[in-house]
Amino acid sequence: MTELIIASMMTMMTAATPLMFAATGELICERSGVLNLGVEGMMLIGAVFGFATAAVTGNASLGLLAAGASGILASLIFAFLTLTMLSNQVATGLALTIFGTGLSALVGFDYVGETIDRIAAIHLPVLSDLPVVGPLLFGHDPLVYLSFILLIGVALFLNRSRWGMILKAVGDSDVSAHAIGYPVVLIRYAAVAFGGLMAGLGGGYLSLVYTPLWAENMTAGRGWIALALVVFASWRPERVLFGAILFGGITILQLNAQAAGLGIPAAFMSMLPYIATIVVLVLISRDVVRIRLNAPACLGRPFRAER
Amino acid sequence: MLRLEPRSTQSFAAAWLSPVMALVLTAITGGVIFLAMGKDPSTALYIYFIEPLTTTSGLSEVAVKAGPLILIGVGLSFGFRAGVWNIGAEGQYIAGAIVGGGLAVYFYESESTLLLPAMLVFGMLGGMAWAAVPALLKTRFNANEILVSLMLVYVAELLLVHLVQGPWRNPQGWGFPGTRMFPDVAIMPLLFSGKRAHLGTLITLAVPFIAWFILAQTRFGFTVRVFGSAPLAARHAGVHGHRIIWHSLLIGGGLAGLAGVIEATSTIGQLMPNISPGYGFTAIIVAFLGRLHPVGVLLAGIAIAVTYIGGEGAQISAGLPKAVTGLFQGIILFYLLAFDLFTRYKIILPSRRTAAQ
Amino acid sequence: MHQRVWAARSGQNDNRSKDFTLTNTGGNTDMKKLLKLTTVMLTVLLSLGAVTQASADKLKVGFIYIGPPGDHGWTYAHDQGRLMIDNMLGDHVETTFVEGVPEGPDADRAIAKLAETGHKLIFTTSFGYMEPTLKVAKRFPDVKFEHATGYKQADNVSTYSARFYEGRYVQGQIAAKISKSGVIGYIASFPIPEVVRGINAFMLGAQSINPDMKVKVVWVYSWFDPPKEADAAKVLMDQGADIITQHTDSTAALQAAAERGIYAFGQASDMIQFAQDTQLTAILDNWGPYYVKRTVDVLMGTWSSGDTWDGMGPGMVGMAPFTNMPSDIAMMARETAESIRTGAFHPFTGPINNQAGEEVVAAGETADDGMLAGMNFYVKGVDDKLPQ
Repeated sequence: MTELIIASMMTMMTAATPLMFAATGELICERSGVLNLGVEGMMLIGAVFGFATAAVTGNASLGLLAAGASGILASLIFAFLTLTMLSNQVATGLALTIFGTGLSALVGFDYVGETIDRIAAIHLPVLSDLPVVGPLLFGHDPLVYLSFILLIGVALFLNRSRWGMILKAVGDSDVSAHAIGYPVVLIRYAAVAFGGLMAGLGGGYLSLVYTPLWAENMTAGRGWIALALVVFASWRPERVLFGAILFGGITILQLNAQAAGLGIPAAFMSMLPYIATIVVLVLISRDVVRIRLNAPACLGRPFRAER
Repeated sequence: MLRLEPRSTQSFAAAWLSPVMALVLTAITGGVIFLAMGKDPSTALYIYFIEPLTTTSGLSEVAVKAGPLILIGVGLSFGFRAGVWNIGAEGQYIAGAIVGGGLAVYFYESESTLLLPAMLVFGMLGGMAWAAVPALLKTRFNANEILVSLMLVYVAELLLVHLVQGPWRNPQGWGFPGTRMFPDVAIMPLLFSGKRAHLGTLITLAVPFIAWFILAQTRFGFTVRVFGSAPLAARHAGVHGHRIIWHSLLIGGGLAGLAGVIEATSTIGQLMPNISPGYGFTAIIVAFLGRLHPVGVLLAGIAIAVTYIGGEGAQISAGLPKAVTGLFQGIILFYLLAFDLFTRYKIILPSRRTAAQ
Repeated sequence: MHQRVWAARSGQNDNRSKDFTLTNTGGNTDMKKLLKLTTVMLTVLLSLGAVTQASADKLKVGFIYIGPPGDHGWTYAHDQGRLMIDNMLGDHVETTFVEGVPEGPDADRAIAKLAETGHKLIFTTSFGYMEPTLKVAKRFPDVKFEHATGYKQADNVSTYSARFYEGRYVQGQIAAKISKSGVIGYIASFPIPEVVRGINAFMLGAQSINPDMKVKVVWVYSWFDPPKEADAAKVLMDQGADIITQHTDSTAALQAAAERGIYAFGQASDMIQFAQDTQLTAILDNWGPYYVKRTVDVLMGTWSSGDTWDGMGPGMVGMAPFTNMPSDIAMMARETAESIRTGAFHPFTGPINNQAGEEVVAAGETADDGMLAGMNFYVKGVDDKLPQ
């Protein structure tokens, strides 16, 4: 039984990792006041360019770099349109997702059915072999740790650093941040690019580690769940961790329940993660005061310097 | 430096020129992509954008494909104008097909001519009911309608899967997923023999004009327009935000549901797991490409349908992969959004006069 | 003259299709027989001068695919069949395919488009194309249609399918021999007879070795969703399955198993390059011979509507090489496959009980095609409730 629990927790961790990457990036982006609904598209772009690079060079780490870089490039299209051309953020984000789906399918066309050497799980002597804590703490692939490190880094950045404060100020009141003399648009560009980097890495995790192959639309809605996670976490990084594991966990648990032969119709079980998202959304949004307290006040609003 | 100055009113010329420019630039970008893929750009572009319009069967297919896109797009444009982001039309489409098609599943021996109209009404109600969930959660609990409506897409898909391979499965279907074929009275009559254009296509063509009338001539249309352009002012003028949310979601859901049941009763003739090739999502592009104006949506729906039909033609006659179609749609939208700048802002060139001020 | 040209071509093609032969038939002799038969038929045909087509009016053969030809699963196997037509009949036939056609409103149009553009023989390769195929066939009475896995025919619509369950039985036996935990993980797509039949055949094969074998089933409700297939594989392994088999099309489950060093079976094509050390074998969908035969039928004007359900005998189902297992187990598998191929043994031979313990096939009898085609019950021992 303990074995089953440990094994399931390990599986949940890998299911949570792509969500953690993407949600951490989107959190920074939204904190700066920009709502980027193109996460799904950026993840797909990251997944395909990461995989293609790994397939061509034979080096999965290079693939990961390419995943992050392509995510940044994709996010910069969004940044240019929304921040420079002042287009509607919701519409542009949707366009980015549609564009990313098409572009990734086109680029990935030649790579369908290929495989690469995945980024393998690390194995530390002694530590990884410890009972229970060994595999749980020391038996993952490097990207799981990277997602943790980045999440902690983001938490420290937001809560402890001067630039973190500035970022939040920009998201909460762009006009006054601008008046004080902070480069609002530039900061938002940087935040959007960070979101792109993280979404790209999340996509890369899917195609380089999770299932080392490329398939059209392989993110299968994870980008949207990452968006829901940011709201779920009420824009607080430490809660992203909890949320990601919960969401990844429900996906895995419903499969577990099936495999255990519990006899609940599988179609209903498959609905669970989506219904859970709605329920959680309602639970946290219900408290308008709390949402107001945490949500960046300028979220989704275009900013145009008055001079 | 260039400066931007908001226009007091939207520029009519810019509003109509920008989608045209977006299409032209997309065609040019497409040509470059085709060149890079080693295809002759003029031939490929011809196959994509012109060929579907050169035959009667091509025209009929464009009309059939554009139908659901236009219906859903018109519905969504109300909400998008008012700043209500219903992106779950795909789910509402499926819900409409389920509720409307369910009638034909239960009355599979019916010979009543009332069945088809009843199904259309039920389909609309189904789509509205599905859209009522995000409306309720938004107005009661402040839950983000983007995420709620999107999550409900997956729920609707799975519900349909459950129904067609569980309780509604065709008893003569050897266990395969799918309901019985609908009775003849539940099938949309064809307009021309040998072509797929059907009565539902006509309904689709009429809806944009009805919507145009509502938007331009009714008090409701006025509030939608005001709420979208100046929500604060609208609130001061006594327009209730909740009512706008409800109305726009119900209209969007109702029309998406109608599109769903029309598809089920025309091109498919039964319920099966895949009744939509992503109409609900593509309709979002259509709504924007049509500048959220009902007649614009009509034209945009036709334009996007042409790329779909052309995309299939390109696979058959030029060996171009299917993904190109999706890429085109994303690029069109990017160009369009970029051009939006010019409809809302004037670009002020640095002239001596302004510099002197 | 024609004959010599043909012979030269086919000789040249032997080289080109070597990969194909290796991966898809494992040296199946039936294919060679078929090649010979085709050659003979064509020779007769050509010497009679029945077909003296210039290259301009080649017979156009169209294919509708549900997925991308590179999926290494279902669509890949069909595309290999199409390439076989190209290779063998390239002088007389031109093939076209439309990929990624969703089952639903678009299918009708894509099929009709092929018919409109002069394709005289059209293969629609997924179950959901059944009604659209029939509809289009009505509008184009002079075009021949072939629908895979369906059950409705018409004057110009044939159906064809393969008895993949024959391969599943062999896999079940191998799994039971190799498994230490006695638990097999089965990733299933949709609860349709085809899939249920596969699970049952697998279970019967496993029980023939070890009556206490357990099969755990996870339904992913998709034919092709790599991350979900991988999740399902991981969950099944977490729950103690030490062999993974799948009725979904991507290589993800096989790869997820390989990462943990767990043995697994490939699906639809030989997936050995995705799991060098852990793929035991794979069921091979070998549509080529059928496609060539039907194309020749149209060329010769002998095509007629019918329903074909072929298995290992005619070579429509093959097995990839038995790898990563002791030679005695490979030997056993080969023997079972051979006796199924020759018809000496039927995987659904009684006594077979359903989950409730009721006898559905009496001892010594075999399930008839009617029961197999509409199968919607589990045999005793499957650790799952069939979604209804």
